[in-house]
Amino acid sequence: MKKNEELLVVSDLKKHFPVGKKSSLKAVDGISFTIKKGETLGLVGESGCGKSTVGRVITQIYQPSSGEVLFNNDSVHGRISGAAKKEKKRSMQMIFQDPYSSLNPRMTVMEIISEGLIIHSPGLGRKERESKVNELLELVGLNKKHAQRFPHEFSGGQRQRIGIARALAVEPEFIVADEPIAALDVSIQAQIVNLLKKLQDEKELTYLFIAHDLSMVKYISDRIAVMYLGKIMEITESETLYEKPLHPYTRALLSAIPIPDPDMERSREQIILTGDVPSPIDLPSGCRFRTRCPNVMGVCSEIEPQFLEVESNHFVSCHLYDEQVMSREDAVPLYDEKVSTYQTV
Amino acid sequence: MTSKLNEKQLVDSPPLTNARGNHDEITDDLFVAAPLNLALQEEISKPSVSFWQEAFHRLFRNKGAVISLVVLLLLVIVALVGPSMNEHTYRSQNIAHSNMPPKVSGLEWLGFDGKNSKGIDVYETQAVEENYWFGTDEFGRDIWTRVWKGTQISLFIALVAAALDLVIGVVYGGISSFYGGRVDNFMQRIIEVLVGIPNLIVIILFILILEPGIRSIILAMVITGWVGMARVVRGQVLQLKGQEFVLASQTLGASNARLIWKHLMPNVMGPIIVTVMFTIPTAIFFEAFLSFIGLGLQAPLASLGVLIEDGYKSMRFFSYKLIFPAFVISAIMICFNLLADGLRDAMDPKMKR
Amino acid sequence: MTEEILAVTDLHVSFKTQAGMVTAVRGVNFNLNKGETLAIVGESGSGKSVTAKAIMRLLPKHNAQISQGGILYEGQDLLNLSVNDMQKVRGSEIAMVFQDPMTSLNPTMRIGKQIMEGLLKHQKLSKTVAKEKALQMLELVGIPNAKERLEAYPHQFSGGMRQRVVIAMALACNPHILIADEPTTALDVTIQAQILQLMKDLQEKMDTAIILITHDLGVVANMADHVAVMYAGEIVEQGTLDEIFYQPQHPYTLGLLRSMPNLSASRSEPLIPIPGSPPDVMTLGTGCPFAARCPHTMKVCHDFLPKYTHLSDSHTVMCWLQDERTPSAQIPEEVGSVYE
Repeated sequence: MKKNEELLVVSDLKKHFPVGKKSSLKAVDGISFTIKKGETLGLVGESGCGKSTVGRVITQIYQPSSGEVLFNNDSVHGRISGAAKKEKKRSMQMIFQDPYSSLNPRMTVMEIISEGLIIHSPGLGRKERESKVNELLELVGLNKKHAQRFPHEFSGGQRQRIGIARALAVEPEFIVADEPIAALDVSIQAQIVNLLKKLQDEKELTYLFIAHDLSMVKYISDRIAVMYLGKIMEITESETLYEKPLHPYTRALLSAIPIPDPDMERSREQIILTGDVPSPIDLPSGCRFRTRCPNVMGVCSEIEPQFLEVESNHFVSCHLYDEQVMSREDAVPLYDEKVSTYQTV
Repeated sequence: MTSKLNEKQLVDSPPLTNARGNHDEITDDLFVAAPLNLALQEEISKPSVSFWQEAFHRLFRNKGAVISLVVLLLLVIVALVGPSMNEHTYRSQNIAHSNMPPKVSGLEWLGFDGKNSKGIDVYETQAVEENYWFGTDEFGRDIWTRVWKGTQISLFIALVAAALDLVIGVVYGGISSFYGGRVDNFMQRIIEVLVGIPNLIVIILFILILEPGIRSIILAMVITGWVGMARVVRGQVLQLKGQEFVLASQTLGASNARLIWKHLMPNVMGPIIVTVMFTIPTAIFFEAFLSFIGLGLQAPLASLGVLIEDGYKSMRFFSYKLIFPAFVISAIMICFNLLADGLRDAMDPKMKR
Repeated sequence: MTEEILAVTDLHVSFKTQAGMVTAVRGVNFNLNKGETLAIVGESGSGKSVTAKAIMRLLPKHNAQISQGGILYEGQDLLNLSVNDMQKVRGSEIAMVFQDPMTSLNPTMRIGKQIMEGLLKHQKLSKTVAKEKALQMLELVGIPNAKERLEAYPHQFSGGMRQRVVIAMALACNPHILIADEPTTALDVTIQAQILQLMKDLQEKMDTAIILITHDLGVVANMADHVAVMYAGEIVEQGTLDEIFYQPQHPYTLGLLRSMPNLSASRSEPLIPIPGSPPDVMTLGTGCPFAARCPHTMKVCHDFLPKYTHLSDSHTVMCWLQDERTPSAQIPEEVGSVYE
């Protein structure tokens, strides 16, 4: 497989939901990224930052307001014929967050998993379908005896595996995993992450892994994008992001994760962001993070920062790393003390 | 110094109950590794039950609902068989036998003794051989036959009205919510207009224009009655449409027909059934009400409402004319309501967990 | 200086369900000292929230029953109090913060009034004094423009701010114990950090003892002095923070710690999950509830419930690995090496 080929190219994607007559909720406000074949991109952000909307636009649940999504060099949302559209739907699947609402309570596991087979390979006989479902169940670590049971008889982790088997049934190339572990117990989360990794190796899958914090994504992502209020703040290789986070928001997110190690918790200096996320209907001027940023400067409310490649493969959207902006007169920190304690990180 | 543990905890805790085995039996040879059986871990011991199996199970544990169901079945059977249990028809008159009180041999102690309000046995004074179980009306028609014929007609009207409500409501509510957006907006405005007009006026106008009869009563009830069902279905579908399993089916590329029949319908079924069960007694009552105010069926056809209206006129001297149809209609209404309540409890997903 | 304020002994809670009685909490013992934080850690269905509600006597009356045990608050058994006396204890002596801040606030009542309610009822303050106190509380929990916000309704606050208000309400009467049931689970990480910091600051200022119920070992490491690990209705291990994190003795505690993501570890290091699923309390057998998922199971584990072993003044564990009959080959390296 050609590993470096780009499978998914998202360019300047926007999705605005109209709210009332004049205003709109800018859930996704111009983001661009690429995902290579066989790669996992982690998409991280707090609730309401638009990360799930990105996943849903890519999988065609929503139509974008503007921008383009290219999959295998083909536009996903353009007008295409029925067969090609069906094929595109097949190759992109989704795993959902809530293991309780993502499975139809009136269907057996067999019916749930075989739905994709019925839609995409109508030629398949009943026997063949059943043996395929049993194979899939085994693949995700469930027993084929489970096939005739109903979703409510399973635990959260088992349901999530059924959801994964349903997505895999149509042999997709690309899977959007929308917070697949957020609703699971701690001891089960690792099971699901390991399963997704195993399946990626076996089936050469490409993932977009959406998460609300930076703790688990590390184990599965090759690169990570951090989103805030509809925009990507920083995107780079996972190792780099954890070792050398550049954007103040990334640093705050990293620092906010409680570490399960008492000694480290006692000794470390935590960055605690003040205030709340502003409304995506009424965005702040200039940089959208400036209202909570510990390093905010005068210039931040004036100009919106550009998404720049600061180092190779490390893109940041912050004035601190833009020499042109930093040479301006108003590029001085507004809060002195905060910065001094902050820069020790 | 940290907290001291309770004395109890140190000695032997938690206390052993019978269910937890006995320490005497712990022998040294039990202390050997028993490797994990990975297959066993995912085993589910409980038997598999579908939603409907579980719902029926719950329904049958609800005494009120079960009794109601039995009573309803009995009433339906009697309503079907009753009119042919004696030689009278609902319209055959016998003026000589008018206003006979009810008499059943063997049930005299219950009041079926053929005595009128003055305590005189009318059967003896008029030398009537045959017993009228529920008595007769002023034209000498057998009330037993008329009550069960009336029950037949009332149930028929209610069932047909409920079925029409169901079809129109489900289709209308389903289309409105499934397509959403402008379609939904437009369809909901129509409903609002319909609801805005007092339905009694609509019905009275309807019956005045059409000739009074079973068909016009059903039409009059359906013309506004389906709105409730449409709203229930719309609300349910809107809620379901946002559920992740519907989105999952969409990402799989499922057709609209598949979404509707495989994912939406089975999940809306429960509330639909409950709504129908509540519609039936309402329809029975409404038909009775229309008959009572004189807009219902015309003589000699009888429905429970017509019978109650007749009985009401001579309630003081011939109370039996009112009591029997009133009793039957009350029983039907109570039973349908209890059964519907039981069904709602049995199918409410909130009862799970 | 440690003074015991709450002692829970041998608490059993059962629920009536359609399938019969189910024991959700099966003999829980713990103590809470003044001004300290006890964290109860466990997964969903482990009985941790039920334990908290039992202490507050907030369990649904129609189907829940405290079948055994005692809850001693300052020497007095809360289970023997009348409904009226319990109401006095609730709010003024022991307060509770729930997971979802929206459901614990009355949406039709102004914030100020809601905070004042408890003050007027328990402390018999006059209206002006109560209002003053409410204002102080809002300032204390870090709500900007507290004076104006007193007149606001819950929906005008964000999730994090609402949880601050709930905490202000809970602490208004200076309770001795605050029970926080997953107080940050519904919040974003950056807001969670704010709220945890706030709780620590307030605890220092007001000397409140906290029972923190959570599933997140990171939060525990950040907040707790003592930790109780619950599994299927039993406390399988309990000890000080360091004992639990650095000398875990129960395979479940060990497994939980291993399955947590570690930010400093390399990403190629695989996570070590606990296999299987948490047990269904309805179908538990007589043995150790963790036996089915434990990598060190012995025959005895499947049939007999282990006793508590007392490892230090504070550290107890309920596991057969501690039994002297257990062959040493069976005992994993991490267990048993510390307390020789």
